[in-house]
Amino acid sequence: MSDDPLHQEIILDHYRHPRGRGLRSPFEVQVHHINPTCGDEIDLRVHLTQDAAGRVVVSDVSYDGQGCSISQASASVLAEQVVGLSLGDALMVQQGFSELMQSRGTLTPNEDLLGDGIAFAGVSKYPARVKCALLAWMAWRDAVSQAVDVVVEGKSDERNSE
Amino acid sequence: MSAVAPLDVARIREDFPILCRHVRGMPLIYLDSGATSQKPLAVLDAERDFYLTCNAAVHRGAHALAEEATDAYESARARIAAFIGAQASDMVFTRNATEAINLLAYAFTNSTDLVRNGALTTVGAERFVLAPGDEIVVTEMEHHANLVPWQEVCAKTGATLRWIGLTDEGRLDLSDLSIINERTKVVSFVHQSNILGTINPVATIVAAARAVGALVILDACQSVPHMPVDVISLDVDAIMWSGHKMLGPNGIGCLWAKASVLESMPPFISGGSMIEIVTMESSTYAPPPQRFEAGTPMTAQAIGLAAAADYLTALGMDRVHRHEESLTVAMLEGLGSIDGVKIIGPGMGDRGSAVSFVVEGVHPHDVGHILDSRGVAVRVGHHCAWPTVRRMGVPATTRATPYIYNDMDDIAALVDGVVAARDFYWGTR
Repeated sequence: MSDDPLHQEIILDHYRHPRGRGLRSPFEVQVHHINPTCGDEIDLRVHLTQDAAGRVVVSDVSYDGQGCSISQASASVLAEQVVGLSLGDALMVQQGFSELMQSRGTLTPNEDLLGDGIAFAGVSKYPARVKCALLAWMAWRDAVSQAVDVVVEGKSDERNSE
Repeated sequence: MSAVAPLDVARIREDFPILCRHVRGMPLIYLDSGATSQKPLAVLDAERDFYLTCNAAVHRGAHALAEEATDAYESARARIAAFIGAQASDMVFTRNATEAINLLAYAFTNSTDLVRNGALTTVGAERFVLAPGDEIVVTEMEHHANLVPWQEVCAKTGATLRWIGLTDEGRLDLSDLSIINERTKVVSFVHQSNILGTINPVATIVAAARAVGALVILDACQSVPHMPVDVISLDVDAIMWSGHKMLGPNGIGCLWAKASVLESMPPFISGGSMIEIVTMESSTYAPPPQRFEAGTPMTAQAIGLAAAADYLTALGMDRVHRHEESLTVAMLEGLGSIDGVKIIGPGMGDRGSAVSFVVEGVHPHDVGHILDSRGVAVRVGHHCAWPTVRRMGVPATTRATPYIYNDMDDIAALVDGVVAARDFYWGTR
């Protein structure tokens, strides 16, 4: 958890009331990521679409998993922050969150970019917990890198429903 | 006879300066000795004294320092062997316990490979040759170190891996021991589970293995540091444990095996120091234990570990065991009486001091994090026994493992910290 009581409350709120939790359709790619040192697991699906201008948009991120408050809350923040953004903007959020988590407490987080993700700034001081916070974000990054090929090449038909 | 005198923990703590430090602004309460123990000054001094006074490469060179270093190294072997009631000639030093298990596992794969090429020269090594139809038996409470190497052996030789399952309480389910049968070539199992704390009935399993002529291997990583262990009365064929869990340095593990077993094993790591005669075409190998100690050995570490064995012997392993028993009772009662806490592992009786638990609705990582913020160091996760936690129906546990330097105040701090973690996440603060 964080040393800052306000940040603690934000993390606990996402942990107790996760946004966008549960696996949904349609989706292009589902990934399963684990943290082998602690056994935390996440299944994560992404649904990308292309708008009229040909821009790739993150239409949905859905997930299910088990793990500590940090890993679960950060999945919730991920879903809240990136759904509805263009893929380019979403990747900037992901990069910003990764940089924050690798900062060992030295970065002042950008709330405009990260939203509730700023609550994890204190977590970055605990190396053992950084992987917990990044689990969902690494899974998402993996999933979109596969999904973007599917969407751009128009091969999403066979996999976009259960 | 008078009762065994309790350990003087306050006096013992003076030998462990690290226990005086603060972490996260709180006095350190170290309850992670199952992962690695702290080291007393006697061990640190022994290593330093070796480097200060007689550092040289052992088993080579004819100068005075080399002789003294060799004497110190071999004396360490003898003292460590005596600690488990064994002969020095049957003790092999390895890098850690994992390497010791691999040394045994590779006796099987190497013998099987060599016999395929008609190159098996070690007398008696036929007993290590495996083929499809042969079986290796482990248990569902093994550390990965006593599971994964046997999976590898099976993959390479075509043998089949089988395992003794667990009861819901976390003991071996010995209701059907026909799993150990005439096809069984190896039975390798843990003495005390590193996660459940269960102490397994060695005699029962040894009897079943002896009846079918299987080799019996005991993972003693969590028993040798914590209770009297005598390899002769255990009647197993081999045991291994790590130095760093019994007050010793990192980088040294021990393998003890019966002389007849060691003599019939082909080498594992090969190179210098383990040979008899070398020509450009081929080599013959030294007798055990040198056959299994290729390269310059871990001299200072062996000397440090011998100092650790001396330290524990001076305390008395009976007293160490009694001390841990009283701490275990306090942990099981203190943690077990917290609403929402479930102990993962058996109650008192044939159990050691490793106590795992879960807090309802609170992930073990979060429990560990709150404890850490209060200076209490425990381990969280699957404890390198992933199939075991899976069998017990939990994703992970929080585990407290006390040792000689812990007292009832430490257990009280643990219990208070777990209550605090529960209340924080349950929102009843």
